[in-house]
Amino acid sequence: MSDGLRTQVGQLAHRSILRTLRQPAQIVPALVFPLFLLAVNSGGLRDATSLPGFPTDSYLTFALAVPFIQGALFSVMNAGTDLARDIETGFLNRLALTPLRGVALLSGLLAGAVVLGLVQAVVYLTVGLIAGAELTTGVAGALVIVALSVSITVAFGSIGLFAALRTGSGEAVQSLFPVFFVFLFISAMALPLNLLQTDWFHTVASINPVTYLLEAFRSLLFEGWEIGTLALGFGIAAVLLGLGMLGASSSLKTRLVRT
Amino acid sequence: MTEVRREGIEVDGLVREFKNGPRAVDGIDLRVEAGEIYGFLGPNGAGKSTTVLMLTTLLPPTAGKARVAGYDIVKEGPRVRASIGAALQEAALDPLLTGREHMRLQTALHGLPKTERAERGQELLERVGLSQAADRKVGGYSGGMKRRLDLALALAHGPSILFLDEPTTGLDIQSRTALWDEVARLAAEEGVTVFLTTQYLEEADALAARVGIIDHGQIVAEGTPAELKAEIGRPTVEAAPREAGELERLAAVLERFGPSAGSSPRSAAARLEGGESQLAEVVRALDSEGIAIERLQLHAPSLDDVFLAKTGRSLEGAEDEVEEIEQEAVGAA
Repeated sequence: MSDGLRTQVGQLAHRSILRTLRQPAQIVPALVFPLFLLAVNSGGLRDATSLPGFPTDSYLTFALAVPFIQGALFSVMNAGTDLARDIETGFLNRLALTPLRGVALLSGLLAGAVVLGLVQAVVYLTVGLIAGAELTTGVAGALVIVALSVSITVAFGSIGLFAALRTGSGEAVQSLFPVFFVFLFISAMALPLNLLQTDWFHTVASINPVTYLLEAFRSLLFEGWEIGTLALGFGIAAVLLGLGMLGASSSLKTRLVRT
Repeated sequence: MTEVRREGIEVDGLVREFKNGPRAVDGIDLRVEAGEIYGFLGPNGAGKSTTVLMLTTLLPPTAGKARVAGYDIVKEGPRVRASIGAALQEAALDPLLTGREHMRLQTALHGLPKTERAERGQELLERVGLSQAADRKVGGYSGGMKRRLDLALALAHGPSILFLDEPTTGLDIQSRTALWDEVARLAAEEGVTVFLTTQYLEEADALAARVGIIDHGQIVAEGTPAELKAEIGRPTVEAAPREAGELERLAAVLERFGPSAGSSPRSAAARLEGGESQLAEVVRALDSEGIAIERLQLHAPSLDDVFLAKTGRSLEGAEDEVEEIEQEAVGAA
């Protein structure tokens, strides 16, 4: 990476992180809402552990995977809304008048998502462990959970950037949030895949990538080191990031029509 | 700082056509000399901002050519951008960042060495009178402060050409005057070429060495403010009758001396074909008709008169018309 590009990425990352830290309205809901749902689900569905084939006797441990995905979904909205606001206010035009490279803009903007993902992962894991969740893989597993959480947050953030560049509208980006939430509900969120008895739901959940992201977290929480499951989780995050960045780069060319 | 050429702006037959829409810019030609302040005057929707977007390389032209600082706006976009600074129509600032953080970002993205960024930022913040507010978030700045920061950001890399798109719209007179002073100083002391769009006649009159008047995407007049006014040459006489019912008769008398001109609803005005020496005849004519006068004024030609003469409408009226057209377009959509 050249010095100029490094400076551009660094400066835009700095801005993105400052923006994230200066907007409690972005951080607080992304922390509180998933923890609230964790409390509700782990209390209400506790008896599910008695089902034959349920993989752990702690529903809290099983459900702890969900906040990482829910938190990551907030980054679609946060990263996308920030960029859409830059488009709406003309700030993107200001940036376009500098020798800024597109890749620096997108990478810098995702820096805020990295920070948010990091804070979220640490908070969810800490709260979960204090509440009594297991962590079979120990400290090393905790580090991998944080890394996976950040990867997924950045991947979802890139989809937010794509949506912002495509639509140029903060409202349009925010409207994506419930759509993404549907993907979470039609996954193995509440029960493991092998216990989903309804045919159509089992089929949909088994082709839903969110299921495999959840399984990657769960493997570290109560199964142990399952390299294949982890590779699939990180692989899905990488593919989502690749698709998001590809779409965002393509839309950026249209949006930044400077000669 | 980027080394830049001291050349002005050359535009030949520049056109911008939007899909399913009229030609926003319809074949304009203009020349701006290095170090000159050029006022681009016209009502909202006349094509001023579209022209600026093309000249700053943010919008490709549909046809025509333009060179800015000696570089082709289509083929040499990066070189053009290195030579120019721009404060576009809305002060595009991040409300969550401070003034100093804006300066740091802008100087870094323009490639200033790390050791020079803080000094350059401080120098510009002081120059626009924002050093005291430099560490406050921009969200708390007034409109005038935002515009001044916008100007400082446009100057971050020492450009030779500055584009200012309606820089004083919405500002109070004090902020407006402060900005005018800084723009005039930039041109006079630093030789910066300024391309200034405005819908304020007095702004073009006060600042610009030459003025281009644009209407419906075409330049309808160009020259120094004095030349343009001299071209019109005729002053306007405006009179208000003591009795409101006499307004029609008063207007008829004035029309004997020249075509009617824009006036307030309670007065009538006419452009004096024979110049200001006709004023005495106007007074005698009104007296002989027995029309009692409450107020009588002689106006020297203004840029609004120039606009009226060239387009058949006053600048104010043209804005209303554009707003009506925009509302119709929204309604149709």
